[in-house]
Amino acid sequence: MAALEEEFTLSAVTLGARPDGLLGVEESDKTDHFLVTDRSRTVILYKVSDQKPLGSWSVKQGQIITCPAVCNFQTGEHIVVHDNKVLRIWNHEDVNLDKVFKATLSAEVHRVHSIQGTEPVVLFKSGAARGLEALLAEPQQKIETVLSDGEVIKWTKFFVVYRHPVLVFITEKDGNHFAYVQMFNSRNLSKYTLLLGQEDNSVTLSFTAYVDRKFIFLMSLSSDGCIYETLIPIYPSDTEKNQRLVRSLLLKAVVSGIPPNGVTLTILDQDHVAVLGPPRPSSKECLSIWNIKFQTLQTSKELPQGTSGQLWYYGEHLFMLHGKCLTVVPCKCGVSSLAGALGKLKHTQDPGTQTMPHHVNWEISPGCGPGSQNSVQLRRTLRRKKNEVSLQPEVAVSEAAVSEQLLSTIKNGSEKHIEVELRKFLAKWTPDSHTAVGDIITGLLERSKAEPSFYPRNCLIQLVQTHVLSYSLCPGLMDTALEKTDVQMLQLCLQQFPDIPESVTCACLKLFLSIGDDSLQGININMESVFDYSNTEQEEKMEEQPEILRNGFNPEDSNCSNCNQELNEKPRDSTEETASCPVIPKRAALLNAVLHAAYSETFLLPHLKDIPAQDITLFLQYLYFLYLKCSENATMTLPGKHPPTLSQIMDWICLLLDANFTVVLMIPEAKRLLINLYKFVKSQISVYSELNKIEVSFRELQKLNQEKNSRGLYSIEVLELF
Amino acid sequence: MGEFKVHRVRFFNYVPPGIRCVAYNNQSNRLAVSRTDGTVEIYNLSANYFQEKFFPGHESRATEALCWAQGQRLFSAGLNGEILEYDLQALNIKYAMDAFGGPIWSMIASPSGSQLLIGCEDGSVKLFQITPDKIQFERNFDRQKSSAIRKMIVDRQYMSVSKRKCIVWGVAFLSDGTVISVDSAGKVQFWDSATGTLIKSHLIANADVQSIAVADQEDSFVVGTAEGTVFHFQLVSVTSNSTEKQWVRTKPFQHHTHDVRSVAHSPTALISGGTDTHLVIRPLMEKVEVKNYDAALRKITFPHRRLISCSKKKQLLLFQFAHHLELWRLGSTVATGKNGDTLPLSKNADHLLHLKTKGPENIICSSVSPCGSWIAYSTACRFFLYRLNYEHDNISLKRVSKMPAFLHSALQILFSEDSTKLFVASNQGCLHVIQLLEGSFKHLHTFQPQSGTVEAMCLLAVSPDGNWLAASGTSAGVHVYNVKHLKLHCTVPAYNFPVTALAIAPNTNYLVIAHSDQQVFEYSIPDKQYTEWSRNVQKQGLHHLWLQRDTPITHISFHPKRPMHILLHDAYMFCIIDKSLPLPNDKTVLYNPLPPKNESDVFRRRTAHAFKISKIYKPLLFLDLLDERTLVAVERPLDDIIAQLPPPIKKKKFGT
Repeated sequence: MAALEEEFTLSAVTLGARPDGLLGVEESDKTDHFLVTDRSRTVILYKVSDQKPLGSWSVKQGQIITCPAVCNFQTGEHIVVHDNKVLRIWNHEDVNLDKVFKATLSAEVHRVHSIQGTEPVVLFKSGAARGLEALLAEPQQKIETVLSDGEVIKWTKFFVVYRHPVLVFITEKDGNHFAYVQMFNSRNLSKYTLLLGQEDNSVTLSFTAYVDRKFIFLMSLSSDGCIYETLIPIYPSDTEKNQRLVRSLLLKAVVSGIPPNGVTLTILDQDHVAVLGPPRPSSKECLSIWNIKFQTLQTSKELPQGTSGQLWYYGEHLFMLHGKCLTVVPCKCGVSSLAGALGKLKHTQDPGTQTMPHHVNWEISPGCGPGSQNSVQLRRTLRRKKNEVSLQPEVAVSEAAVSEQLLSTIKNGSEKHIEVELRKFLAKWTPDSHTAVGDIITGLLERSKAEPSFYPRNCLIQLVQTHVLSYSLCPGLMDTALEKTDVQMLQLCLQQFPDIPESVTCACLKLFLSIGDDSLQGININMESVFDYSNTEQEEKMEEQPEILRNGFNPEDSNCSNCNQELNEKPRDSTEETASCPVIPKRAALLNAVLHAAYSETFLLPHLKDIPAQDITLFLQYLYFLYLKCSENATMTLPGKHPPTLSQIMDWICLLLDANFTVVLMIPEAKRLLINLYKFVKSQISVYSELNKIEVSFRELQKLNQEKNSRGLYSIEVLELF
Repeated sequence: MGEFKVHRVRFFNYVPPGIRCVAYNNQSNRLAVSRTDGTVEIYNLSANYFQEKFFPGHESRATEALCWAQGQRLFSAGLNGEILEYDLQALNIKYAMDAFGGPIWSMIASPSGSQLLIGCEDGSVKLFQITPDKIQFERNFDRQKSSAIRKMIVDRQYMSVSKRKCIVWGVAFLSDGTVISVDSAGKVQFWDSATGTLIKSHLIANADVQSIAVADQEDSFVVGTAEGTVFHFQLVSVTSNSTEKQWVRTKPFQHHTHDVRSVAHSPTALISGGTDTHLVIRPLMEKVEVKNYDAALRKITFPHRRLISCSKKKQLLLFQFAHHLELWRLGSTVATGKNGDTLPLSKNADHLLHLKTKGPENIICSSVSPCGSWIAYSTACRFFLYRLNYEHDNISLKRVSKMPAFLHSALQILFSEDSTKLFVASNQGCLHVIQLLEGSFKHLHTFQPQSGTVEAMCLLAVSPDGNWLAASGTSAGVHVYNVKHLKLHCTVPAYNFPVTALAIAPNTNYLVIAHSDQQVFEYSIPDKQYTEWSRNVQKQGLHHLWLQRDTPITHISFHPKRPMHILLHDAYMFCIIDKSLPLPNDKTVLYNPLPPKNESDVFRRRTAHAFKISKIYKPLLFLDLLDERTLVAVERPLDDIIAQLPPPIKKKKFGT
């Protein structure tokens, strides 16, 4: 899970205040130190954690720096090129750049690259590259021309692959892009033609790349808002001169519209990229982190003051020019997991940084606003709901507006005000916008976390009742409800959410079992699943004879009651116990909600062990009671509108006993219950075996019945055909 | 359309023998099925699953194995220790060869089809070379070496698993070296043949797993259990887009009540058969491209030929069983009633005769003459003709002796309408015409088959005036002979699908032909061309529901007074086609079972169409018009068949 942390600016930087941004930000030899080169004359060395400059160097008036300063990691010296041809190398202690080592080269330099573990490399505008040592030995050496006329270097990157330095650079000529891979050990230069899909008139705006053992993964951000990936082999496979490389689509619609400063793509790690650009045509620029493995937007940050369209990433720090300040955004990329991509991994987020919807709507890419040209194009790939959505763009737009309004209200409005806004939102709401609902809930919960007194219960209930929420869309909701012991909310969630983790289900169960009867009294609970047993209880007691076998069960069956003498002393008691519900109807309704919840045994079992023994006994008694009620009728169902099924009851009994077997064995109160359960099962088995025995007789009866119906072997009938 | 008195007969006590082996031939898309009485049937899966050929059984010849080799040659082996090859053209047994190894339990052809391997009771495995017209013993393997053969299936290998003796009922050897075994412990096990280790085991049944068949691509196989369940196993990728694959049990099917003795795997379907006598063809939906009627499950229970003949004059029914014939006289009633009434019988049906065959061979065909005084039947090597005499309630039976030498076996027997002539189709393609005299006979003529063809004729029809004889084989067209001039009159052009029933209409001498694709043609014999009505039918096309019926028409007859009516039936319906009415199109309701009570006459006329269909009697094995107002329908309810089968494996009903 990637996260952006609170940004900070590097102090007192005006940096010449040029709108076209910086020349570059480069790492220095010490961690946390970075060289920032502006577009005119200055190089500043920053210590980022202290937010202060350590040194600043300028070239003379009239000279201009043409290539960002880098650090020679082998010597600790800094290197800069000014006026295209003049190379300067200086030390930390040097004050004046005029007096430091100077070498005038014979050709114009495009860039000097330097990374840990290898000597710096100078790339000339002609496409030739030299190691620094070799160049300094003979500065005026002749530099060959690699690129053809009019071919311009657009982007370069320097890697070390297996201790072999590799330089990659992309050139452009007449709208065609070429990739060059320069191997320094073998002095091997390979050229590739990049097929960047010119068919749709898109312009490639930004490149970034990472390497593995065999390939350079070149990603490009195109003006159509999509990220494409191209694989460039590091070691050329065949000797053919001009090889072609095809790109494949990686992510769609990450940006839309090109601000004057352009958009930038930077790779963070193998699974994450950072994109600087406006997510919607009219919106402000955003810094967004995308997971390319799962194609999800991880996080984003709005940059209202605009940027220069430049982004650098070094060791968990993103550098960019926000407004006129050099801004550093610490950024952490966790291991990319599906849970993380879907937002199910727990992480703490700073409130207030959340301006983009952080829920992935699989229907609509979050990168583009509904109703826009782009989204229509995007939806061509979507099979479902295509027509539906495109038919109501106005509705979608107004709905988005309402939800934005609501989100801002949530931040500081009163509960009443929020309710009014919510009603407005729900009036315009379509099931498509479940992410918006998720955002609203998240907003509400964040505020309630910040202000413990703020708990907009009505709003939350209304939102849950939209039937589109799931646990993963609002992970905090149930936790908050548990905290506030809001059983009504919990019941609603249990009924509505399809994906409640077993631990939460178990926490709910714990709460439902332990909450006091009196505190349940005043609460409005959905009693749909509970049949009012108390009404029929009295009548049943009158009718019920102790001799009657309830579907084969007889608690006084002497055959199987030899196990406990104690029980025989008060058999009456046991029948009475089974006949009355051990919990009040409201609690029963809550427990039924738990019974209905989906679960996986393996994950539920460990959590069940945490429930106190008394509660376990109570729950078992309730389940046993339900089971008895079930067995009273032939269809083995409970009365009521939405009762727990027999298999749900049985599964829960088994689960509870499995999880707490030793505990239940030790509790004296549970003893009788266990014996009853045991006897019940035993009698059930004996019923089945009896049934199996008389099955043959049943079949004979059936046969007799059939013979009665069959017409005999011969008859004469009348048939009229029409 | 009219009111009929229907003799509804359910005393035809026919039980189809259980299925022992099924073998699928990919080349011709045909299926060979052998039954417990030794009968071998050939189904053409391309022709709507029509049972186009059959070889009669034999008491001593219990077939245990059936296989196709060298393209389309069919071999069987059985407990009498013989290997048989069947002649699929002449419909007889080409030769039988003793393998000298005791009863044969299994047989398989090598993948190239040039060799035949058999597993014998004495534990030996014998290899036979298949030569163009015979098979030749090549070598004997002792038991250890049997596994050296690349791909074979041998039943009855014993291995002891735990204490109980476990019988491996079937083995399959895949080309990647995996051996799949099915055994009596209910397991399907995968073994590595190189190391001899168990790779995987599936417990799929509480009873024996009796059969296994692997698809040609070796990506799927099917097993059948004694509980009547058929399981489909498929080789599927462990995860999507991974190359690692594993065998997964994918689909269970329960179409049988008894042991599934044999399974086969065609490219598009799972085929199973067993003790409950049903042949089940279950198409694999993922392999079927068009979801048409071919994708439906087929359950074939009854033979696609007639086992019943009828004497209209004397109201007699002759039932043909494997080893005997039964002659019944229908009852009568004087009462009348309205539609649906069961009338009180003034006389019940009588069982007149029970005629047992001599010898171990099954009866191929039989017939009773329209006058009721002749009965003829044939086994694979003898032809029998009997003369019946009725004296009040007594019947005397006299065999006509001294049958000519050429009359030793018949595929079809037919009496002329006036019972003076007997037509016999022999299996070399000859048609014999015999004049019947009081107590004796005279050979009139033999129509020789067209030069070069040896195809046997299995269907005969004679015109009521006795002038025309139509005969059809399994693939070539229908030949029409002039009986008066004793020469070939014409040949109806061959059609893609085999003929399932033939009949010649009275007076007009129109020949009505039903094919296995449910098409019905009418051909005018005097004009030597299709009739106008038939052309109309072809032009307009038959109703889609009519074409989707899954049993073939097995009998056609005509109304004596209404020349426009054709009566035909299959196992689940009978139909009277009124040629004077418009044909139904796909929008009209084909089955119109309800009497139009309150509907106006106009509506009735508008919806009336040529096909009057009744589905009251089913499964219907025979239906004919006795006279203008009387029908006889012979049903064989499935429940009655099940009642005569051995009880299936008992499954717990309660407390499972």
